[in-house]
Amino acid sequence: MHPAFSVIFLTTLLGAGQGLYLAMVTGQLYAVARFLPVQEDQFYAIGSLVALVLLIAGLVASFFHLGRPERAWRAAAMWRTSWLSREVIVLPIVMALVFAYAVAHWMEWTTPLFQLGAALQVDSTLLLGLLGTLASLALFVCTAMIYAGVKFLQEWHTPLTVSNFIFLGAASGFMLAAAYSAYIGNPLVTFFGTWAVILTLAGLASRLAHLSRNAHLKHKSTVQTAIGVRHRVLFQKAQGATGGSFNTREFFHGQSQAVVDTVRYLYLILVFPIPMLLIGAAYVTESQSLPIAAFFAQFIGLLAERWSFFAEARHPQNLYYQSVA
Amino acid sequence: MTQLALVIDLNVCVGCHACVTSCKEWNTSGWAGPMVDQNPYDGSPTGTFFNRVQTFEVGTFPNTETVHFPKSCLHCEEPPCVPVCPTGASYKRPDNGIVLVDYDKCIGCKYCSWACPYGAREVDEQQKVMKKCTLCIDRITDAKLSERDRKPACVLACPTSARLFGDVHDADSEVSVAIRERGGYQLMPEWGTKPANHYLPRQKIRIHIDQDELTRVDNPLRREDLTDYTGEETLDDVAW
Repeated sequence: MHPAFSVIFLTTLLGAGQGLYLAMVTGQLYAVARFLPVQEDQFYAIGSLVALVLLIAGLVASFFHLGRPERAWRAAAMWRTSWLSREVIVLPIVMALVFAYAVAHWMEWTTPLFQLGAALQVDSTLLLGLLGTLASLALFVCTAMIYAGVKFLQEWHTPLTVSNFIFLGAASGFMLAAAYSAYIGNPLVTFFGTWAVILTLAGLASRLAHLSRNAHLKHKSTVQTAIGVRHRVLFQKAQGATGGSFNTREFFHGQSQAVVDTVRYLYLILVFPIPMLLIGAAYVTESQSLPIAAFFAQFIGLLAERWSFFAEARHPQNLYYQSVA
Repeated sequence: MTQLALVIDLNVCVGCHACVTSCKEWNTSGWAGPMVDQNPYDGSPTGTFFNRVQTFEVGTFPNTETVHFPKSCLHCEEPPCVPVCPTGASYKRPDNGIVLVDYDKCIGCKYCSWACPYGAREVDEQQKVMKKCTLCIDRITDAKLSERDRKPACVLACPTSARLFGDVHDADSEVSVAIRERGGYQLMPEWGTKPANHYLPRQKIRIHIDQDELTRVDNPLRREDLTDYTGEETLDDVAW
């Protein structure tokens, strides 16, 4: 598949935004449970607003993928059958909840609404946080299922696509939360950093399982089934156009295998070991800048990871477009 | 239920591209606006086509065979491109089974093209919407045309009659009979998309001619048989 930068930025920015928001809610939950010191409301508010900015940036990126962006509102119509339509519905819900969570913290609407059990004071931020968490997880599933749901792209048609999107998105978000805490000199950097490393390790396990699965993948379609001629020696001589077509532009990445391999090694280094080492070094040296470097290294790595995700998927229609003349 | 479709006879297709040009001509001048070309007279011409003829070579020289393979939307009975469309622009007509795109609803997200294993859909680079074969829906449903002309442009243009058009759900239609009696098959059956279009396979026509058949036994103009027989069995000796 051709890796479109609009979709690469859409999926990575949304992942980081949702992850940062999940990190904020996780931080608040830990504080409610008194595992962590309670933060000022502004900490959660600004963190969620940064998450909202990332979500908006992802949404803007997605418009560059559309031929007719002015009609994008129509995309909410077919939610019964289309994961893309479901994403289009869930994304604004997540954005609204993230915004409401930020506003509730900013305005300090933290008077308990009711009490659960002996000590749990439930206020509006906690309720919005829980709703937003559910919506964020739903958005991860919708975004990933757009790819995992296409059975013809066998490289994508696996639950590992969904787990990759969830773990890698959440990891980059928690990494950003650690960077944010480090930037403002908040001691939560260790907490977010630890979770970022755990999620990065989960993402590593999931992505390596995905790579190993795809390395042994047997494609269902062959050029024999594509044109229905039973002969082992079958070569294309002409594809009906000499100057290429939509089919050659959309479904081929156009790079050599060496480039694809390089990008794979690049993201395997940038997404996994480097951020974890930087976070570890930040823990030891109490550096304020290393968590920020860790986030940027991982995010750049994730751009490469998404590029590679597209480039490694081989569409069966390519069997009809193997040779020009 | 009606399911209109094409049946393409690979045995007689000569790869002349008349179906490609007639398709482009009819549909680019039609109600839905032009099928745009870029650099039509330049080094890398490209453009929107509903139908393309590809060529494959089977076997190793000298035992090779050239297969010309016209390829267009197969109007699947289980079209995987329809449910993924977020706007409902892609739909399958309930009355005749043709898969169509509503160009006024399409947002050009290209998701349907990912969900088509045949690569039958192409984005129009100027209108920025997804396009595909309509089986000349404006032509075959036009009651003002004579019955003979109410067929897709490609079918009417084919000089070898390699393209048959009709209802594959009607067991007695020309296309159903062709599929049934001449080994019509579907492309990529492994995906369960149930393409309505079928292809008729190449058929080698071999005739075996005996020397006996070249010479009429009762040919009045036949030369006298001047062979010297030495007692071997001849055709005349065989008891039938």
